[in-house]
Amino acid sequence: MPTYVRTDKCDGCKGQDKTACMYICPHDLMKLDKDGSETGHAMRAFNQEPEQCWECYSCVKICPQQAIEARHYADVVPLGGMVQPLRGSDSIMWTIKFRNGTLKRFKFPIRTTPEGSIDPYGGKPTASLANITATGFFTGSADGGITKGYRAGNPAELIRK
Amino acid sequence: MAGEFGNPEVVQEEVDILLIGGGMACCGAGYEVMRWADAAKAELGMDLKIKLVDKAAMDRSGAVAQGLSAINTYIGTEQDPADYARMVSNDLMGITRDDLAYDLGRHVDDSVHLFEEWGLPIWKTDENGERHDGSQGLPALKDGGKPVRSGKWQIMINGESYKWIVAEATKKALGMDRIQERIFIVKLVNDKNDPNRIAGAVGFSTRDHKVFVYKAKAILLAAGGCVNIFRPRSVGEGTGRAWYPVWNAGSTYAMAAEAGAELTMMENRFVPARFKDGYGPVGAWFLLFKAQAVNANGEVYMQKNKELLNDYPPYGQAAVPASCLRNHLMLKEMKEGRGPIYMDTVTALAKLRETLTPREVKHLEAEAWEDFLDMCVGQCGIWVGENIEPEKKNSELMPTEPYLLGSHSGCCGIWVSGPTDLGAPTDETHADKDKIPAHLPKGWSWGYRSMTTVKGLFTAGDGVGASGHKFSSGSHAEGRMCAKSMVKYCIDNKDLKPELDTPVEQLVEEIYKPVRTFLEFKDYTTAIDVNPNYITPKMLQFRLQKIMDEYVAGVATYYTTNDKMLAVAEDKLNMLKEDAEKMRAKDLHELLRAWENYHRILTAEAHMKHIQFRQESRYPGFYYRADKNFVDEENWHCFVNSVYDKNSKQWNCFKRAHVDLVDKSKLFKPAAH
Repeated sequence: MPTYVRTDKCDGCKGQDKTACMYICPHDLMKLDKDGSETGHAMRAFNQEPEQCWECYSCVKICPQQAIEARHYADVVPLGGMVQPLRGSDSIMWTIKFRNGTLKRFKFPIRTTPEGSIDPYGGKPTASLANITATGFFTGSADGGITKGYRAGNPAELIRK
Repeated sequence: MAGEFGNPEVVQEEVDILLIGGGMACCGAGYEVMRWADAAKAELGMDLKIKLVDKAAMDRSGAVAQGLSAINTYIGTEQDPADYARMVSNDLMGITRDDLAYDLGRHVDDSVHLFEEWGLPIWKTDENGERHDGSQGLPALKDGGKPVRSGKWQIMINGESYKWIVAEATKKALGMDRIQERIFIVKLVNDKNDPNRIAGAVGFSTRDHKVFVYKAKAILLAAGGCVNIFRPRSVGEGTGRAWYPVWNAGSTYAMAAEAGAELTMMENRFVPARFKDGYGPVGAWFLLFKAQAVNANGEVYMQKNKELLNDYPPYGQAAVPASCLRNHLMLKEMKEGRGPIYMDTVTALAKLRETLTPREVKHLEAEAWEDFLDMCVGQCGIWVGENIEPEKKNSELMPTEPYLLGSHSGCCGIWVSGPTDLGAPTDETHADKDKIPAHLPKGWSWGYRSMTTVKGLFTAGDGVGASGHKFSSGSHAEGRMCAKSMVKYCIDNKDLKPELDTPVEQLVEEIYKPVRTFLEFKDYTTAIDVNPNYITPKMLQFRLQKIMDEYVAGVATYYTTNDKMLAVAEDKLNMLKEDAEKMRAKDLHELLRAWENYHRILTAEAHMKHIQFRQESRYPGFYYRADKNFVDEENWHCFVNSVYDKNSKQWNCFKRAHVDLVDKSKLFKPAAH
């Protein structure tokens, strides 16, 4: 289902060198047509290789103008359906429209901490080279370590030891 | 000087540790490595230079880019790493490295607990057994919170932003000056003074006209599995809707093979049975909603055909038969004309409704849709287009085209050094051990956890073969293990000065060859894509997919091949490999595709050579050698490994002995006959 960009909404990320969709697409599909020579629409982004689109929706979710939508693959899916998200900082809202007009809405949490708030080593021990060949991470293995995630197994299970 | 198309700027950089990839494995490595690098600085005064290069943007790169609805590997307090190693072994028909699986099992939960701390919402069960999403403030897993198990090893999450969250931690740990995005590494470079040591890696920017040449002491190569070497079931726009991410191009296997690393179990593949066309996940439907898969007549084929499991002792007798055998039972229905196969969602949901309140029913419906929306929006696209509401209409299931990977339910990949404290073999015992090339290590450990047989080259996630079932969390943990060993390697090799075995100018020429070819010949014809002097990456991929599909057990033959078909494939792949030299690239985007497809060809060739070498059908339901249509425990309960010679372009396959480190008999019921 290739994504497509709506001409009435895309603003080419206001003339920046790189659009949000170009930045994020994991498969390098989105492209900004600066002068309109490729699409006839100057300063709009487009999906340059629709048959390589995984429909991961990364571009749809990140677009600041909500200019990107998906038209499900024409070679597989009957027309008329629509699955559109609105991703916020702590949740995502989905609007789902069936071909027959049935409408559903769902909202799911996406993270429990504010975006940008991760303190990667906050409250964590430093590492000591004395442990570099031991099992476990810098977070430790004794008593499960500080994250309580290390699972020392039952030694009796190891039949060649 | 700024580069231009056809004349790139060359940027050279020397680091101690280079991380190639930005998925879960490299995110894990990037997080763990700084702590140990800091220790090296504090204790030894060593200032390790570290760099991560990603061909995409880390927030949405790798297999978790879209999100996930479950973490598939969480051991918990009630299970033992040995139980996990047993499950991995059985699902992969008995031939996995217990040392690697066990080691992963004892480490993986540490990463899951970090994910939750960083903000990943993890579903919980309350004291009444009711399920809650991860934003409800129930106790964290590390504090005794009870996860919602959708299977013995899986836990449910609200995982739309899973990768975004994990990437944030890694970006902060490494700092943005150590991360470079949109750099596609296409080749590793060996050391001038030791052909069996790594010295660097080269690639190009997909944004600017720049070639990057890195020298490094230690390299983590974790660039995913391999998608789209077989003709997919959808060949129009739907080509992109691969089950595994379409940007996984076999780069890990191909680059490692060219560097001389020993590969293992490249005959293994994964053919997931998923919702048809959208390839949406089925796990929650089977395990959480208790739905059953049925043939067109409503018969449960896992019951109806269960006698077939007895053909494959002992693996068929496990409480949960291997994934390939479940496909085997499904394929019988399809081949004998009792398709389509359906997931009976209608019956399952009706049954659940009998005991639920209207509020709970509404919650259940949301859970079912979230399962797709978190990780496979495309499946929702199919359902809305076809007016499928799961409580009213059953949905078709279908086995996909084959995929090569080492982190999901597959075990192809690279042979790596394992832990030393689990009783792993220290020598080779196979009757054919003399056929193992002499320069390769003996036993399962050679100094640094997760190092390949090439000194200084490490791998994780999809890269590590003969294990499997590590999934997102396990790949992250495996990356962290690599980080520790790479720091140790750099400390032990303090005075090592890597020297590239190939001149930089030659490497640049090799990388930009498709561009040169295009510029040289583009004006010969009027149609840019039809030119006798070159082949487009797209057409080359079609040719690869046609060969693999028709001769190497793709969907066209119901996953069946034989020695004669493989011989034909070998011929055709040889010519394809020659023609790959004539790929064109009309822009940087196409240069990316050209190199991805080059990696695909080598990976496909490894797959074919391994299937050819293994004289049995180890994975019935994933592939069949019609000329050797049996599992031969006596002669082939062993690893098939290989090395590739990049100069002669030849593969050398050989056997290594398999050894159990945990008792597998606990898995099996007594044979039925």
